[in-house]
Amino acid sequence: MAESSHNDLSEIHKKIKAAFEVFDYQANNTVDVREIDTIIYSLGCFPTQADIHCFIGQVEEDHTGYIHLDRFLPAMSKVLLENKFPPISEDVLLQAFEVLDKENKGYLEPEELTKYMTQEGEPFSQEEMDEMLTAHTDPEKNCIFCKDFIDKLNLEPDK
Amino acid sequence: MGCGSSVATETQEKKVEIDETVKTPSPALTMKAAVLIQRWYRRYMARLEMRRRYTWNIFQSIEYAGEQDQLQLSSFFSFMLDNFTQLNGNGPDLISQLLDPVVDPWLDKETCYSLIQVPQSYTGPRLSFPLSVSDTNALLSAFKEQQILHARYVLLLLYETKKLLKQMPNIIHVSTSYTKEITICGDLHGRLDDLLLIFYKNGLPSAETPYVFNGDFVDRGKKSVEVAILLFAYLLLYPDYMHLNRGNHEDHIMNLRYGFTKEVMQKYKTHGREILQLFQDVFSLLPVATVIDGKVLIVHGGISDQTDLDFLSSIERHKVKSALRFPRRSLEQLDISQYCRQAKRMRSTDGSRPSSSRTHSRNQRTPNQSRKRQCGLSRQDSAASTSSSSSSSSSSSSLCSPRTPSCLSPRPCSSSPRMPYSVNVLQVPFLDSLSSVPLPSPPHHEQEWKQIVDILWSDPKPQDGCSPNTFRGGGCYFGPDITQRLLLQHGLQLLIRSHECKQEGYELCHSGQVITIFSASNYYEEGSNRGAYIKLGRELVPRFYQYQVSRTTRKLTLTQRVRAAEGSALRALKEKLFAHRSELMAGFQQYDQNYTGRVSVSEWAQVLESVLRLDLPWRTLRPLLVRLAPDASVQYQSCFEDMGPGISLPQVTPNLAETLFRYRTDIEIIFNIIDKDHSGLISIEEFRHTWRLFSAHLGVAIDDSAIDDLARSIDFNKDGSIDFTEFLEAFRVVHKLDTKDQQYNEKRNGEKYSCGD
Repeated sequence: MAESSHNDLSEIHKKIKAAFEVFDYQANNTVDVREIDTIIYSLGCFPTQADIHCFIGQVEEDHTGYIHLDRFLPAMSKVLLENKFPPISEDVLLQAFEVLDKENKGYLEPEELTKYMTQEGEPFSQEEMDEMLTAHTDPEKNCIFCKDFIDKLNLEPDK
Repeated sequence: MGCGSSVATETQEKKVEIDETVKTPSPALTMKAAVLIQRWYRRYMARLEMRRRYTWNIFQSIEYAGEQDQLQLSSFFSFMLDNFTQLNGNGPDLISQLLDPVVDPWLDKETCYSLIQVPQSYTGPRLSFPLSVSDTNALLSAFKEQQILHARYVLLLLYETKKLLKQMPNIIHVSTSYTKEITICGDLHGRLDDLLLIFYKNGLPSAETPYVFNGDFVDRGKKSVEVAILLFAYLLLYPDYMHLNRGNHEDHIMNLRYGFTKEVMQKYKTHGREILQLFQDVFSLLPVATVIDGKVLIVHGGISDQTDLDFLSSIERHKVKSALRFPRRSLEQLDISQYCRQAKRMRSTDGSRPSSSRTHSRNQRTPNQSRKRQCGLSRQDSAASTSSSSSSSSSSSSLCSPRTPSCLSPRPCSSSPRMPYSVNVLQVPFLDSLSSVPLPSPPHHEQEWKQIVDILWSDPKPQDGCSPNTFRGGGCYFGPDITQRLLLQHGLQLLIRSHECKQEGYELCHSGQVITIFSASNYYEEGSNRGAYIKLGRELVPRFYQYQVSRTTRKLTLTQRVRAAEGSALRALKEKLFAHRSELMAGFQQYDQNYTGRVSVSEWAQVLESVLRLDLPWRTLRPLLVRLAPDASVQYQSCFEDMGPGISLPQVTPNLAETLFRYRTDIEIIFNIIDKDHSGLISIEEFRHTWRLFSAHLGVAIDDSAIDDLARSIDFNKDGSIDFTEFLEAFRVVHKLDTKDQQYNEKRNGEKYSCGD
């Protein structure tokens, strides 16, 4: 286990660099700060918005709007090694949905969902809301079915 | 993944809370639930965005790599013209006829067009010159109804356009003082739907609605002819309110590869060649720049440190028929160091080898050195070296040597004839005749050519300086300082250009001094990008209007669009892998001496990048391309698994098949040129001869008996002729896993054209 931990670290570094690279348009090891959340998510983490802001505060270069790999790499490695933003399992997501679905209908009305998403927690922007509704509202019944919602969000290539 | 225990605890906590509260969850719980869903959703969207980005990268890389190949094709044509006077007894006229046609006096007389008969059954527009609004309206309706304009009217229209353009200067000066606002559009690339949408949203060209179209009207899209006809028709109708700039695709050699030539030939079987000839003339007569109110410069590509608008105004633009027929002397100056194909994103300031870690890991130097000895395309001596350190003003060469085909690397060049570098007798490819004419002063001529190529091919870059655009193979990368200097020099405040596809249809750079405007939506794939246009009023503050043409009425979600685009991009990428299979395998086996079939992820990524040179995020793409073994190493053969050739030709060795597959576009072009009567057939002798030439030029060691076997096996009817459509079919790649999608795509892309003559 000891030897592989060294390999793990170098593998982690490679993963982080690979994700960083996609957004490094000027090929100078910097990315726009606004892309950081995408990069963190793509590395398998589930931070809240507050987590992200905190992270950015640690790594941003004095309000230049850019983040350099030199600072991102160690901070992100720590996040991954310590599993700071662990993923949310499907069951938990299901239950979260059930909490919102007070009458246990098995679905939510678009207005209900909109209210929750834009007023509670870490609110969505209008754009985010529109995209969610467009993607997940059943066109015939005009509601968001719990099961479909979760299934769709799980369809992505991993590994 | 993730820590099992903490999630379980959270789950349990949740459960307990829910049981307690039954039907009325506490506000805190509601908030917690909302946050969870939002978090999850944002992550999902972020991953989608990631996929969208690299999908974009794939499309762009392949597109620009394709443009480099184009250069290779044109150098092949030059090679053929220089070295082989006989092509089956038809002489160089065969090739040159299409590339540098002899001026046929017949073609310049308009009476002969009027002699062309139009059948009674023709229900399309019958234009009368000078054009009126009813003519342009008729064209609009006809094209909306999928009609084709009869060849007679196409020829007359082009002839009139040519006459008009001859009177125009290189740089058009426009003023906003008489009009409300000028609309500026970017690349259309044969997308009639986008053009019609712009006209619909913004209004038809008129005195109140003047337009500037910034080049690249043709190629790639299926309606290039219609787009060009409409633009020229409006130009004839409103020469003061309609302005067209030349783009790098208004070039007959580019058209050979990117579809315009094919479209014309298929729509106009009888008069196709004449129409192409006229298009060639019209294209070279298009102005190269437009200036609004003396303050806003509009060009298709960009600028270089050599760009001089006064000089540009003075040259004879029609002499530069094609950016790809470069003056002979430039070839001498091509330095091997320019083979190093810098990644599009890596534009180093002084042009010297970029020192970032990415380049080092790619080991570019060693393969290039060996190529330098093998390939006869450029001089060894660096005396005339225009080194890639081109920040100094005088030495930036505008044309970079074509990327060496990677098939050269493991094998030595077979006895390919060297290109003769006779400086004394200069072929003049720009003039209409093929005779060798002593040029007044070669350097001056080159400078003129360079001015135009820079304008049509350059791209902006974030760093200061000016370096050769090795990615595209022509023009420069120009930095903010170059922009600043030029704008100051000429009292300008803004540069508007096109040439690059942008996801939002437009993009600003160089602190807002440069705007890229691109008007072909869904350029790479359904949903890949928006199109946009600019409106500019007297205050010269640009306003942007975006749109996206959608084939389906239902609005696609981002997920659906990304999936569609990703599928398409991956297919294209896999074909690239397939086309370089033997090299890739050789690369993998270097790391896998024990033939385990596995290499590490890093090694895999390294091999891919060194062979394909697409500068893509291979590690991120890995899950989509190849399988992992249980020990997390890559099973490198799995990336070829779900693909195969269309038809299996038993006599064909895998190596030959791969080469043919890789160059099938080029081969198709060559066949189309040889097949003068458009029968779709060429003789076996012609095939053999052409293939020998091509492979000699590429330095591919294919022996004659293999060619003969191939030719014989393709001659299905055993009648001495080859149906090359069938032949090319064999070298398409079939993706075994998604035949349904494939068939759909084929249907979309392989539309049969109806005939217009």
